[in-house]
Amino acid sequence: MNSDIAVAIAVSAIAYGTPLVLAGLGELLAERSGVLNLGVEGMMLMGAVTAFFTSQVMHGPGWAVLIVAVIAAGAAGAALALIHAFLSITIRVNQIVSGLALTIFAGVIGLSSYAGQVWNIGGQHGVHQLNKMDLFGLSGLPVVGPILFDQDAFVYLSWVLVVLVAYYLYRTRIGLYLRAVGESPRSADAMGINVTAYRYTHTVIGGFLAGLGGAYFTLAIAPIWTDGLTAGAGWIAIALVIFAFWRPDLLVVGAYLFGALSSLGFTLQANGVRLPAEFFSALPYLMTIVVLAGASTTLAKRRIGTPAALGVPYVREEA
Amino acid sequence: MTDKQGGGALFRTKDIVRSSIALGLVTALAAACGSGATPAPSVSAASAAPASAAPASAAPASAAPASAGASTAASQWTTSHPFKAAFIYVGAPSDAGWTHAHELGRLAVQNAFGGRVETMYKENVPEGPQASQVITQLVNQGANIIFSTSFGYQPSMVAAAKQYPNVLFEQATGTALAPNLAEYFGAGEDGDYLSGMAAGAASATGKIGFVAPYPIPEVIREIDAYTMGARAMNPNATVRVVWTNTWFNPATERQAAESLVAAGVDVLGDGQDSPTTGQVAEAAGLKWTGYDSNQESFAPNAWLTATTYNWGPYYVKEVTDAMNGTWKSHFYYGGLGDGFVVMAPFGKSVSPATQAAIIAKENAIKAGTFDPFTGPILKQDGSVGVPAGTTLTVMQKYALNWFVQGVIGSPKG
Repeated sequence: MNSDIAVAIAVSAIAYGTPLVLAGLGELLAERSGVLNLGVEGMMLMGAVTAFFTSQVMHGPGWAVLIVAVIAAGAAGAALALIHAFLSITIRVNQIVSGLALTIFAGVIGLSSYAGQVWNIGGQHGVHQLNKMDLFGLSGLPVVGPILFDQDAFVYLSWVLVVLVAYYLYRTRIGLYLRAVGESPRSADAMGINVTAYRYTHTVIGGFLAGLGGAYFTLAIAPIWTDGLTAGAGWIAIALVIFAFWRPDLLVVGAYLFGALSSLGFTLQANGVRLPAEFFSALPYLMTIVVLAGASTTLAKRRIGTPAALGVPYVREEA
Repeated sequence: MTDKQGGGALFRTKDIVRSSIALGLVTALAAACGSGATPAPSVSAASAAPASAAPASAAPASAAPASAGASTAASQWTTSHPFKAAFIYVGAPSDAGWTHAHELGRLAVQNAFGGRVETMYKENVPEGPQASQVITQLVNQGANIIFSTSFGYQPSMVAAAKQYPNVLFEQATGTALAPNLAEYFGAGEDGDYLSGMAAGAASATGKIGFVAPYPIPEVIREIDAYTMGARAMNPNATVRVVWTNTWFNPATERQAAESLVAAGVDVLGDGQDSPTTGQVAEAAGLKWTGYDSNQESFAPNAWLTATTYNWGPYYVKEVTDAMNGTWKSHFYYGGLGDGFVVMAPFGKSVSPATQAAIIAKENAIKAGTFDPFTGPILKQDGSVGVPAGTTLTVMQKYALNWFVQGVIGSPKG
């Protein structure tokens, strides 16, 4: 394997990993607040369809259209997340049921498909697309050029977000409060932290980021719309949060590893190496299962810090 | 006290969380593997070719309303009610691919007959037991003829044909027949041979890449025909095959196409439902042959041509026959000759000489003087696949499971 191919795999890993990074960051924030959101797939699909519709019907300079489309996608994801927040935080419905219901409601054959039909965007090709930007004019550098300096704006946005979220979680007071809410809402409440507000905010931000992840599919990966085009990326994003032990830095590693593994299978085939395609299709999922199995041992659990109150509705005990 | 309770509840909830995540993963895994193992939907064809552009062998658009009390195998239909034609779709009509093409066919029927025919469809019908329920439902709604547009419905259709002898059934891409069950599809491989010629002529390096969905005979014979076409123009051409194990997944298709670009191909072909491969070719400055429909607008500089299917005239003819009482069970295998398979317009980079060569072959296929699967054809390993002087029958083509010489990749996926 020569370096061109390695670079191609790296570039492909980033392209495929970016929506996972975005949606995964959103899920990570929600879970850090103690809310498990299994509706990510549905939120991504709503983001994807909304972004595509907006970019198709809006007139104006490309950059402005894309910015509006991206925000609209985030808003669509956030709106769905708000439903999840209301159900699971305010009226304390089982979070798993609520999240799954939202994915079914918004997913394939659901609201996103319906929106695609009503808006009649199936079969259209994208008017606007996120293009690669030659950052600092350095894209021509060998190896690092195409990987670091020849990506689209979303990739750079995702990198900035990862740094911001990591800083927020570990270096700010409200980040500390957020973790407290996820670990022990009762103690946090006793400290005067508004548990409900924290959970609502982070669940909705999580939905917004899932919407952005969906937008990446229709604005960057393949500028077309069709039912279910995220093809399970939302589920992978949820698994990646566990894989990453709820840490933003590891989330990026996991997402790109996922992208690289799926690209590796194609690259070997393209170069005439005979291995069953099914093996490579399954490889990223196998990797996740192995990590999950490892992470679920008691020792690991103590070290990796699953938010202790994850999935548990908070009921204030009135004295 | 409350703490303890809370702790207990928390533990259980976390278990549920874990197990449901595991469930989700397993589902995803099953989806990933399952889709690989099942020779899923149908051939991923589809033409967005507008029904109006139909070269139409069939289509007697002004069919006389049938002599009532139809004679042959069929229908309880009498002229006092609209004739009901139903379609079962594996996807949504908005998919810009296979189902969309059938939807155009349904609309062609509706346009041809107006108020005398009522068309209906069920979308996103899973292949399996649920298909039987949907068929029963359609029969109860009074369907006189039911078209099922994906291979996986065949078992349900066979059972339904037995159960409802007064209803006509038509199964796309399958092989089972009964007095009231017909089969229909077309020789996409003939078009793929012509696409392959365009690819071979466009390739400077002779390295062509092909993004392929599932390793099943339909796709294998597409790739074989494509490769033979390419080598007819460029004897040293090779076609590298990458299997995606999906009909439609733009992200996966993009990765597959990019891996071929990295391997040094200068022309891409695909058998996928989305035009993603073309978008990759356009971005990389390469050439591209599409599939299913005229996708030129997705990649105007890369575009060469594509094989497309035109279902409308066939559907109109079948409904006409059913209404007239002249419908008979059959195995229809259309092609370039009768306008069922149509070549999309050439891209601007296809030279006049190449166009002339392709059109000459197209005419030979239409005239019946040329069939891509006429021997001698060598397999990948150099052994004889089809001896000189022999031409594969349609049924042999339906069972084809080996690659011809010039393909790099495995027909087993």
